[in-house]
Amino acid sequence: MSKYNLDYLDELEAEAIHILREVAGQFEKPALLFSGGKDSITLVRLAEKAFRPGKFPFPLVHIDTGHNFQETIDYRDKMVARIGEKLIVGHVQESIDQGKVVEQKGKNASRNALQTVTLLDTIALHGFDACIGGARRDEEKARAKERIFSVRDEFGQWDPKRQRPELWNIYNGKIHKGENVRVFPISNWTELDVWNYIRRENIELPSIYFAHNRDVITRNGQLMAASPFLNMDDDDIVSHKKVRFRTVGDMSCTAAVESDADQIDDIINEISASKISERGARMDDKVSEAAMEDRKKGGYF
Amino acid sequence: MNILKFFTAGSVDDGKSTLIGRLLYDTGSILADQLEALQQSNRKNDDGTIDLAILTDGLRAEREQGITIDVAYKYFQTEKRKFIIADTPGHIQYTRNMVTGASTAKLAIILVDARNGIIEQTIRHSYLVSLLGIEHVVVCLNKMDMVGYSETVFNAITDKYKVLAAELNLKEVTFIPVSALKGDNVVNNSEHMEWYQGTSLLNFLETVDVDNKSDYNLARMPVQWVVRPQTDELHDYRGYAGRVLSGSFSVNDRVTALPSGSSSTIERIEIFDQKPLEVYAGQSVTLHLKDNIDISRGDVLVNSDHLPQNSQLIEADICWMDTRPFDESITYLLQHNSKITKCKIREIIYKVDINTLEKQDAYDFKLNDIGRVILKTAEELAFDFYTDNKANGAAILIDSRTNLTVAALMFRNIAD
Repeated sequence: MSKYNLDYLDELEAEAIHILREVAGQFEKPALLFSGGKDSITLVRLAEKAFRPGKFPFPLVHIDTGHNFQETIDYRDKMVARIGEKLIVGHVQESIDQGKVVEQKGKNASRNALQTVTLLDTIALHGFDACIGGARRDEEKARAKERIFSVRDEFGQWDPKRQRPELWNIYNGKIHKGENVRVFPISNWTELDVWNYIRRENIELPSIYFAHNRDVITRNGQLMAASPFLNMDDDDIVSHKKVRFRTVGDMSCTAAVESDADQIDDIINEISASKISERGARMDDKVSEAAMEDRKKGGYF
Repeated sequence: MNILKFFTAGSVDDGKSTLIGRLLYDTGSILADQLEALQQSNRKNDDGTIDLAILTDGLRAEREQGITIDVAYKYFQTEKRKFIIADTPGHIQYTRNMVTGASTAKLAIILVDARNGIIEQTIRHSYLVSLLGIEHVVVCLNKMDMVGYSETVFNAITDKYKVLAAELNLKEVTFIPVSALKGDNVVNNSEHMEWYQGTSLLNFLETVDVDNKSDYNLARMPVQWVVRPQTDELHDYRGYAGRVLSGSFSVNDRVTALPSGSSSTIERIEIFDQKPLEVYAGQSVTLHLKDNIDISRGDVLVNSDHLPQNSQLIEADICWMDTRPFDESITYLLQHNSKITKCKIREIIYKVDINTLEKQDAYDFKLNDIGRVILKTAEELAFDFYTDNKANGAAILIDSRTNLTVAALMFRNIAD
């Protein structure tokens, strides 16, 4: 009998790879939801570690709000070409054109909420029975209670009161036809863990994560990128600032932070010292105390 | 740096959420926007200070009722260690949630209200900790401020608890007097209890030895996935991918695949682009064998000199987790790591009254019932006894009508 222990990044990595392989083994038609953000980029790296030299047993799926940062789309296409895996894109614009959703109006209009419908339609169209996502429990209070294998009913809804007990490292992926499972392999990672892993693995990221000069406006105390997707009026004053983004979402709901951090080491230092949580820069969570819980019940990621 | 996963047992009345809130708050783990949200909330302590319990009450239903329904996971780190807290509810109707939170924990914090001492709930929580084989137990005597920080009260309760711990076979028990509300001995040492010479709770959590201590010989790896690229240049590549459950595997080790019983030798070990000569419990790896034997998902690779138990009739402890009671006419599915087989409960040996620990005759199991049963599986299972090797000694039951996880199982013996 001897003692040994794994470094925390090795332990988190091993857990995530185990979960990805359980998805491969338990489901007929899984998919990996790829947003172009650092968390889903980390998932791609973990999938390489889980399945290479074989192919991924799932395609990547991107829900495109049409209001993306161009840097994210460029990154996505380059990455897909590098790894040689299949990419499926679901377009929110198509859901709007089909009349399934109505574009929000007013100053704070965003397509963030609309993407739930496109996501559920894309899942139904391809018959995906498991969707792997990069959500983490440290992001938000409702996420803190979600299982690693999180069952959604045929309407895509999460029922927090009917979650399955998740015991030891045994994952129950049994579902009825029409249901699907959202799987979160990096549930137990924190934002800082993700950044430390990206540094250790030398993973390339979209450039908007690093400090750059950009036209921004200040709204509700947050810096928003000036773009054609933001409904602006005379009260909005455009200024030029050195900023970076801590999360990558729809351009109309993702706020920037002023920063000089243009290297990964600087970002890690900045986050370690930061006094604002990552989702503090998401307008979509500010609506009410239960904003995330309500969106998840509706099928949001 | 390594990770310690722990869980907290206690109810809202014991100040459990306040204790976790205090750990997060005093370690500087609460960020400005979260603090702002807290201050805007209507819930305050009587003296107007922030109610730290809100930090862990995630779901709207919980905030409305002021209770914890589900397991909430919280994360924080200090310079010494990373921590994952499973915050579980303490009321008897949430026993299943506590079992869930405890299943992956290496340490349990049992909260005792110093005003009330050891109550039914303490016995129940301690029993669950013992059932699940948690290595380390910390008994926090909370609300010391409300008993005048009295050493006499502390000693009386700890003496009584030691009797319970012996009865339940709990090995490593540490007692810490705290006030979560005032912050005594949680992160910072108390200035009110000079008679207490021990460490603060955080200091204990940072220094307790939680290295893996599994027996190297108990090498077990369930095969999750067979990597077969089937390309021209990797035509013969066949790697068995899985996470080492326990023990270690080395190149040239003789291994046996169960249930088939075929044996071979480890030719090569891969972790992506690395080729380690030895791998340990907890690592996700790919094993290559010298011989081409038939292995697929659900099989387990083990050290050929130290085979696990192999049986279709198993005596197990069971915790029932579904609102539908146990139905003896139903064939359930048993999931043991990556293997799934049909299973019937052949006999109920007893049920435990978890408030008094009395064993009773029983004919059924309802939500939160715990007892001992004899299982009959459709295929032979390659398992270890939970006491010897937790990782290969536990399983879940699934009701194929609802697909819900209906029970937790801990293997205790071979039945005949």
